[in-house]
Amino acid sequence: MMTNALGITRRNFVVGMAAAGAGFSLGFFTPLGGSGPLPAAETPEVNAWVVIMPDDTVVIRIARSEMGQGTLTGLAQLVAEELQCDWSKVATEYPTPGQNLARDRVWGSFSTGGSQGIRGSHDYVRKGGAAAREMLIEAAAKRWKVPALECSAAESVITHEPTGRTTTYGTVAADAAKLEPPFDVILKDPKEWKIAGKSLPRLDTANKVTGKQVYGSDLRMPGMLNAAIKACPVFGGTLKSYDENKASGMPGVRKIVRVGDNAVAIVADTWWRAQSALEALPVTWDFGPDANVSSADIAETLKEGLDAKEAFVGNKAGDIDKALATASKTVEAVYGYPFQAHATMEPMNAMARWTADKCEVWCPTQNGEAALAAATKASGLPASKCDVYKIHLGGGFGRRGAFHDYVEQAVTIAKQLPGTPVKLIWSREEDMTQDHYHPITQARFVGALDENGDLTGLRVRISGQSILASVMPGRMNNGMDPFVFQGLLPDGDHTISYDIPHLLIDHAMRNPHVPPGFWRGVNINQNALYIESFIDELAHAAGKDALEFRQELLSKNPKCLAVLNAVAERAGWGKPAPEGIGRGLAVCKTFASYVAACAEVSVDGSGDLKIHRIVAATDPGHAVNPRQIEMQVEGSFVYGLSALLYGECTVKDGRIEQENFHSYGVMRLREMPEVETIVMPSGGFWGGVGEPTIAVAAPAVLNAIFAATGKRIRHVPLKNADLRAA
Amino acid sequence: MIKLNVNGRTVDVDAEEDTPLLWVLREQLELTGTKYGCGIAQCGSCAVHINGEVVLSCAMPVGSISEGAKIVTIEGLSSDGDHPIQKAWAELDVPQCGYCQPGVIMTAAALLAKNPKPTNAEIDDAISNICRCGTYARIRQGIHVAADWKA
Repeated sequence: MMTNALGITRRNFVVGMAAAGAGFSLGFFTPLGGSGPLPAAETPEVNAWVVIMPDDTVVIRIARSEMGQGTLTGLAQLVAEELQCDWSKVATEYPTPGQNLARDRVWGSFSTGGSQGIRGSHDYVRKGGAAAREMLIEAAAKRWKVPALECSAAESVITHEPTGRTTTYGTVAADAAKLEPPFDVILKDPKEWKIAGKSLPRLDTANKVTGKQVYGSDLRMPGMLNAAIKACPVFGGTLKSYDENKASGMPGVRKIVRVGDNAVAIVADTWWRAQSALEALPVTWDFGPDANVSSADIAETLKEGLDAKEAFVGNKAGDIDKALATASKTVEAVYGYPFQAHATMEPMNAMARWTADKCEVWCPTQNGEAALAAATKASGLPASKCDVYKIHLGGGFGRRGAFHDYVEQAVTIAKQLPGTPVKLIWSREEDMTQDHYHPITQARFVGALDENGDLTGLRVRISGQSILASVMPGRMNNGMDPFVFQGLLPDGDHTISYDIPHLLIDHAMRNPHVPPGFWRGVNINQNALYIESFIDELAHAAGKDALEFRQELLSKNPKCLAVLNAVAERAGWGKPAPEGIGRGLAVCKTFASYVAACAEVSVDGSGDLKIHRIVAATDPGHAVNPRQIEMQVEGSFVYGLSALLYGECTVKDGRIEQENFHSYGVMRLREMPEVETIVMPSGGFWGGVGEPTIAVAAPAVLNAIFAATGKRIRHVPLKNADLRAA
Repeated sequence: MIKLNVNGRTVDVDAEEDTPLLWVLREQLELTGTKYGCGIAQCGSCAVHINGEVVLSCAMPVGSISEGAKIVTIEGLSSDGDHPIQKAWAELDVPQCGYCQPGVIMTAAALLAKNPKPTNAEIDDAISNICRCGTYARIRQGIHVAADWKA
């Protein structure tokens, strides 16, 4: 058996083959705690979610992807809770999307985005655990010839209550696998949880502190080659030609190939040699129709949209024209949000092996089924002859969910070297200039205040890019992109928080040629920044306290009010801030969760900002692992504040100017404020965790900057702003 | 042939002299714990120790490393993941996606070797690694925990 540098056998990668013959499905085994035991081919699958080995090891199948957000551990907790197994013997594995297709999608969606990992699958994974428990109990009862009702299970041990006899899950698992699943199961009240709801350590930490965790770019296979790629830097451009002679003789180079109509790749024995040869390869491009577009052109187009006659209406109530006409005071402001790159720490990569009979791909992906679709498309083979083996991601943030350009490319290259595994890795420069970027928008807000300084009307015009128009046109609604209004909608998971009698929010769609994508938080990032800044502007104009102004508008929204009050109280709102410190608030509902933040900042005489402290509160309904929620809140501030401080991709000559971290700045440790997280699940609903807090990061800091300096920054990132006191 | 001392072992490497140490480690010595993040010494994912100093291996040509220089990677930091930094990281669940963490851990270990009780300001100065998941708060905390254990 071939062994790679990490002592992981080839069997880890070639999955489901031996197992398929035995009628059991075996997914990619996630190596936990080093070279742990692999499930044997005969291992009984109690049901799709639970495999139990004779030594009582419980392998829980996880359909969603682990990219750092802790979903792997959280979902395992939910299954284990209902299974009532010994948590210390839990391991996890990914089923493959090919197996999911072959089994009528028994594992449901593989999509890991929209903060859906837990909230989108908690019900059926818990039922999977509960059903397996019932089957194991029944198997033991049958063996003892006693009624199942006389038996109970805890910690992977089944007890016959009247006699005290015991057996273990591992002992009866093979019998249980042969039983019919129960018709229905009753789930536990979360108040009774013993494994879920606890801050248990993550299952994937051990390998992540020793360097043993295998990422896509670390994979090795016998006889594999490495590929580096360059696509046309101008979006929409194509590859004309390249001078093969200049690179084909360089060390290690095996093949130079066209990839689709817009890219060229070099395949070599090592990636470094492939990349070096690629940099020496003269390439001629047809830059296409957008070769002269610049950021200024795009800004002009969006500005025009602010006053355009036609727009899609996303939220409407009352009579906004009348409210504005009869207001005792109106306030107006225009805001703007730029393109931003995802910049996952691990650049895009995929390994592919193509033969006329089979196409296999090993890759980091937020959506195994979408990766399979991309592989199938590029392979020219039927889906039944393709499969994808998921690897933990070195960051996702939306880049690896809806877009599998890197998978299509890897398969297209591998197809030109039949039988040879080819690992494609993008350089950082390729990663940053071939992204699907955070969409660019501008927005004009006009508010109507009455004589009491109460907000009676709000008019919002958003102008700019639609993600769905570019990425998922099938989800458009009569030409409208409803998700552009994230956080400003009348109902659903992303509603506007405030009770405003007269309201009109619309969108003039303006789509530049730069491809947009889902970017952690998606449209809430700009929309929350806009509305939470504007609410502060209105409070200031009304001469009211920013907390009290919000509290009045949230009187019909107790959950938003609760998180807002929690941060205000913890931060000491209303008591004097330390000398030189300004405080700012933000609150919103998004991804079905309620979040709020209070930031404390100072700005020195030379305009340098310091973010001292942020108090955050989140109500996700249920908290499956409170420590993981705290980590997601802290991480959301880093992602959101990186965007606020530095995040900007500019366009010149039709291409993105920023190519690496020297010109695309991100937040570093020295800028990290103290973060105090209040996790306050109120029950009764399931909200997301990975993204909501990003929404409040930027506006809380912007409002605090205003409190500290009197400067209102409406166009981000802050690196372009002069923060010296007004 | 270039002779290198990596994790206490002397190895001969067949590579162009301008090949960055990172790619020799990853592709020839199969030590893939050290990561590629930027290739221009900006992000710190590729941090290793050479004679106890933090070196960003993506920008270190392998031909410029003197023979006998002691290179240590994440795989060689401890025999079984029990360096105080690694133990503290496991205790606090510092990693999220984990991709940048080998570089962060190597940088933090070098800091502690020189400064057994670093202040927050000293940590801020020493750790300039990029982590996109945003584990900075726990990195800071982890270094303090490891320092307390060592003391």
